[in-house]
Amino acid sequence: MRFFEGLKCRECGRRYPKQPTAGCEDCFAPLEAEYDYDAIARVLSREVIASREKSLWRFRELLPLDDAPLVGRASGATPLIRAERLGRAIGASNLYIKNDAVNSPTLSFKDRVSAVAINKAREFKLEAVGCASTGNLANSVAANAAAAGLPAYILIPDNLEPAKITATSIYGARVIAVRGNYDDVNRLCTQIAERHPWGFVNVNLRPYYSEGSKTFGYEIAEQLGWRAPAAIVVPMAGGSLITKVHKGLKELERLGLLEEEVHTRVYGAQAAGCNPIVDAVKRGSCDIRPVKPDTIAKSLAIGNPADGYHAAGLIAGSGGWAEDVTDPEIVDGIRLLARTEGIFTETAGGVTVAVTRKLIEQGRIQPDELVVVAITGNGLKTQDAVELARPPVIEPRIAQFERAITGLTARASGI
Amino acid sequence: MSLKINIPTPLRRLTGNAETVEIEAGTVADILARLDLRYPGFRDRVCEEGGQVRRFINIYVDGEDIRFLDNLSTAVPDGAELSIVPAIAGG
Repeated sequence: MRFFEGLKCRECGRRYPKQPTAGCEDCFAPLEAEYDYDAIARVLSREVIASREKSLWRFRELLPLDDAPLVGRASGATPLIRAERLGRAIGASNLYIKNDAVNSPTLSFKDRVSAVAINKAREFKLEAVGCASTGNLANSVAANAAAAGLPAYILIPDNLEPAKITATSIYGARVIAVRGNYDDVNRLCTQIAERHPWGFVNVNLRPYYSEGSKTFGYEIAEQLGWRAPAAIVVPMAGGSLITKVHKGLKELERLGLLEEEVHTRVYGAQAAGCNPIVDAVKRGSCDIRPVKPDTIAKSLAIGNPADGYHAAGLIAGSGGWAEDVTDPEIVDGIRLLARTEGIFTETAGGVTVAVTRKLIEQGRIQPDELVVVAITGNGLKTQDAVELARPPVIEPRIAQFERAITGLTARASGI
Repeated sequence: MSLKINIPTPLRRLTGNAETVEIEAGTVADILARLDLRYPGFRDRVCEEGGQVRRFINIYVDGEDIRFLDNLSTAVPDGAELSIVPAIAGG
């Protein structure tokens, strides 16, 4: 039985068949996957979902595939943890972390979107796949393409973190670094996609790829006992994740799977050095003014966010807000999460932690509200962002150990 | 004297499938007007009723987004390259 019906333009409503398509040919707006929700409601219950293997495919009827997935089978089903120590540090008593830093196979939320896109590329019998990426998508597309036996063409900005380049090339992907920022890479990628018959995950596979992000929202609701949180803080680059997480919650509500209606206030987080969506929200507008990114949060460094218009509209409509934080605040956020919860996140996670703290200080999120913080990537990929003191080196003698440990204890208490 | 325009796939039906077209230099607005004369209906596909560039289209002059320049008033010199590119998702 097929539940995915086709694509529809978000703005003008024009319908498109299931095929690789970048956007609406009339108004150029993004396309949304359409489903037969009545048919899904007849087969998908909490019990059915719970009986399935732990992965994002528990929600497969709500994803735009027609065949069973062949790659990314273990993606999703990441932990949602109650963050009591972080909560005490930032003044929130009902705080949760959704931890996609341990997603499979490449340690970021992009494993959700890439799993959908690469399987769709196989369904379409495309001869190769590719993407423009700030790093995490590159890692994930390269890995899933390797597992699918497809060549991958990956374009990245030339200033990307070395770990993210290694973690792409290792899979045999054909990686090209482009001089310029992500927006330059993206523009080139669009033009390449017009010339080559490949599946570009974030171009002509975009309507399928972006649906994978909904599973981040489905899992949060399931893990909270089939409830939507009062507030959720999500990092924003292109602006797609935040809109799809909310769409995911609304779909569960529509299917009658939630205890209560969804009244989640959606909060967007960006770096001060790349904040075009935050800027629009603060102006009370959906009109995005592009910026030239300058931040250590390279995975969020998209100055011209394609889904920024819809993200800003969603945030305002939900009663939420958007905030940005400086590079030093981002590093503080990374350390704070590591030292309170034992989770090492990349710069984007530092952004959401630091923004959450700011929103609580501002009184936009109340101390006792159920708030979920989205951690979307792993700190091992952006180690250069955090400068830590080197460990002392000693001879293998107990007296030297005792002296060294006194120094380390003094250093630790001075955090 | 002229400059090169890169036409995105959805607009090539208007340009007889041409990927690139040559047109006389001027401001971005002038160029869109000339394209509209040559390919009737072209401007309406790129611009909203108020004349502004559609939300999901970006226009670049020699690789720079015109919103960092003078928008529709940006002068596009001879030999330059103007690209009309639909917005795409990020990652």
